[in-house]
Amino acid sequence: MSKIGIVIKREYLNRVSKKSFIILTLLTPFLMVALVLVPLWLASIKGSDVRNIAIIDATGKYAPLFEDTDNYRFMQGDKSLEDYRIDFGEIYAVLNITDDLLANPKAATLYSDKQVPGELSRLINQTIRPRLENDKLATFDIPNLKEIIEESKVSFEVQTIKWGTDGTEQVSSAQVASIVGMIFTFIVYMFVMIYGAMVMSSVVEEKTSRIVEVMVSSVKPFDLMMGKIIGIGMVGLTQIFLWGILTMVLFMVGGIFFGASMGMDANALQQGMQMGAAPVATMTPGGEIFAMINSINIAEIAIFFVGFFIGGYMLYAAIFAAIGSAVDNAEDTSQFMMPITMLMVFALYAGIYSMDNPDGPLAFWCSMIPFTSPMVMMVRIPFDIPLWQTLLSLVILYASFIGLVWVSAKIYRVGILMYGKKPSFKEMAKWLKYK
Amino acid sequence: MYFLETEDVVKQFASHRALDKVSIRVPQGKIFGLLGPNGAGKTTLIRIINRITAPDSGKVYFNGRESQPDDIYRIGYLPEERGLYKKMKVGEQAIYLARLKGLTYMTARERLIKWFEKFDIMPWWNKKVEELSKGMQQKIQFVATVIHEPELLIFDEPFSGFDPINAELLKNEILALKEAGHTVIFSTHNMASVEEICDDIALINRSRVVLSGQVDDVRERYKTNNYTLHIKGTHGLLPEWCTVLSEKERNGVAEVRIHKENDISNSQLLTSLAEQCEIISFKEEIPSMNDVFIKVVSESNNQ
Repeated sequence: MSKIGIVIKREYLNRVSKKSFIILTLLTPFLMVALVLVPLWLASIKGSDVRNIAIIDATGKYAPLFEDTDNYRFMQGDKSLEDYRIDFGEIYAVLNITDDLLANPKAATLYSDKQVPGELSRLINQTIRPRLENDKLATFDIPNLKEIIEESKVSFEVQTIKWGTDGTEQVSSAQVASIVGMIFTFIVYMFVMIYGAMVMSSVVEEKTSRIVEVMVSSVKPFDLMMGKIIGIGMVGLTQIFLWGILTMVLFMVGGIFFGASMGMDANALQQGMQMGAAPVATMTPGGEIFAMINSINIAEIAIFFVGFFIGGYMLYAAIFAAIGSAVDNAEDTSQFMMPITMLMVFALYAGIYSMDNPDGPLAFWCSMIPFTSPMVMMVRIPFDIPLWQTLLSLVILYASFIGLVWVSAKIYRVGILMYGKKPSFKEMAKWLKYK
Repeated sequence: MYFLETEDVVKQFASHRALDKVSIRVPQGKIFGLLGPNGAGKTTLIRIINRITAPDSGKVYFNGRESQPDDIYRIGYLPEERGLYKKMKVGEQAIYLARLKGLTYMTARERLIKWFEKFDIMPWWNKKVEELSKGMQQKIQFVATVIHEPELLIFDEPFSGFDPINAELLKNEILALKEAGHTVIFSTHNMASVEEICDDIALINRSRVVLSGQVDDVRERYKTNNYTLHIKGTHGLLPEWCTVLSEKERNGVAEVRIHKENDISNSQLLTSLAEQCEIISFKEEIPSMNDVFIKVVSESNNQ
C-alpha cells in the first residue's frame, strides 16, 4: 500500500471508530426525523377532555350554527351571564351574543375564567363568518348574487413548462428547483465548514503533539497532508451517506407507523415531510409535486453535486491544512480563519441570491470563481443552466484546487516544522520559495 | 569507506544562515556524534540528511552516490521534538509508524512484539498513549525508529527524559545496534555519553563545522600536557622542561600537578621522575569532551 493510502486509512478508521462519531451519526437522523414528525404528531393529538361551551344567544340566529367538534361541545346556555360568572360549573366558556351581528359586529363576546385558546376563537369566527357573509349578500337584494360570486372565484396559478431540446414538455417548478438547490448548497456549506475545520485541528494537533517530525521522516509532507484531507473527506462522505440512508429509512418506518396510527393519507404525510416545501405542497396537489420533482434531473444533479462537493471540500480543506500548519495552537487560527469564513459566508449568500436569477451576472460570475462556485452552482444546477457553464465551472474549480494544494503543500511543509511564533501572511508567502 | 557524507551543505532561512558549507563524513558501522550548542544548525543538518528539507547548495552522499528519495527508508530518525498520537492505542500506533516505514502488517507486528517484550512494555499494547509516562513513550518512539532495521540511525538527544536505568538500557541498545553493523548518528549535549559511545564527532558552532575527527584524536589534540602524580616523600629537582603547577601534602603522600613540554614523551617524563622519587600513581590529564566542547565553542565565538 502506498504511503498516502496508509495515512488515509488511519485518518479514516481512527475517526470512524470513535464513539462520538458513531453516536452522532446514528442519533442525528433520529433527531432530524423527530424534528419533523414530533410536531406533526403533537399537533394531531386531540385534547383528551371535551370542553363545554355555553351559548347565550339573544337573537337565536347563531346558536344553531354551532356543531360539536372533537374538543368542544356547544350547548344552549340555561343561566344568565351573571349566574355563569358566579358559578361556571361544567362550562368552560360562555359565548354571549346580544344583538344582530351584522348590525353590531361587537355584540358577540366570549367569556371564560381561563385563557381562551386561539383554536376556540377561530372555530367560533369560522362558524359565524359565512353566515354573516350570506346575510350581508342578502341585503343587496340581487337575485342569484351568491351564485355569481361563487362563479367569479377563480383559482389561478401560472404553469411553467420547460421545453426539452428534444421537443418534450415537462412541468417544472422554480420553487422545487430552489428548494433542492438550497438543500444541496447548505450541505456543501456545512460539510466544508465542519470537515475543513476538522482538517485544520487535526494538523494543529499533530503539530502540538510534536509527532509531525517523526511522521515527515517517513512520509512526504504532501502525502501526509493529502492523506489527511482525503481521509477526513471520506469520513464526511460516510457520515452524510449514512445520514441520508438512515433518515430515509426512518421516515419510511415513521411514516408507516404515523400514517397508520393516525389514519392520515399518504399525501398529507408527504406534505408533512416537506416541511420546508410547505408553500408548494399546499398549493399543488401531491401528484403534481412528484411530477415537478421528477422534472428535475436527479441523476444529473447527484453527479454534479458529488463533483462540486468534493472539489469544494478539497479546495477549502487545502487552505485549512495550510493554516493549521502555520500556527502553533488552535487559538491562533482565528486570524487566518476570518477571511476564509467571510469567503464562505459570501458564497452562501451569493447562492441564496442566485436563486432568484439563476442566469444573472452574479450567479454566473460567482460560479466561475472557485471559492464560491461549489455553493452557487448547487443552487443553479437544478435550474438547468447551460452545460458548458457547469463544466467550465468544474474545470476552474479543479484547476484551482490543484494550484492551491501545491501552494498549501509548500506552506504546510515549512509550517509544520516551525514553532514559536505566529507567522504573518507575508512570511507564509516567503515559505513558498523555500526548497 | 564513508557511509554518509555531506559536502558543503548550505541552508539559508530568510535572514539567518543555518548551515554554512557544512561537510561531515560518517564512517560505516560507527557511532558518529554530532555536537554543538543550541541553535548551531544540527537539527537542520539532520533534516537535510532525512530529506525533510532540501539544502540550498551542497550535496549529501549515501555510500558514495548522491542521496535519493528512497534513501529515507534506509534511515531511522528519532527527532528531538518527538511525540505520538495521544488518542491512539500504543500497538496500533507502533504498527502505523512501522507500516509507514515500508513494513507489511505482519512483519511490523512480529518485530514490535519482540521489541516490546525486550523493553517490558507489552502490557501497554492496548493502552492509549496519553495514559503512558514520558519514559514509556520514549521507549515506544525508540522502537518505532529502529523497527525497519535501517542502515543509518539518527538519534537527536535520545537520552533526554530518561531515568538513569532506562538511559543505560538505551545506551546498550545503541551499542548493540552498532555491533549489528548499523551506522549511527548521535546528536547530544551530553558530553559524557559522547566519550562513552561515540567513535567520531563533528562539532558544529554557528552554522560551521569547527572540529571533527575521532574522539580519541580530538581529545589527544586538546591535551594540556598536565599530569597528576602521587609520590612518597618529596621530589628532588625536576628537569627544566617540567614545571610544577601545584603541590599538596597529606600523610606523607604528596599530590603534584606538573606540566611538561610538548616534545617530551611520557616515558621520558616517567624515567626522570622515577629517579627522583617513589611514584605511587601517575595520570595524564586528558581533557574530557566537555572541556573540549567548551574550549572550542568559546574560541570560535571569540573569533
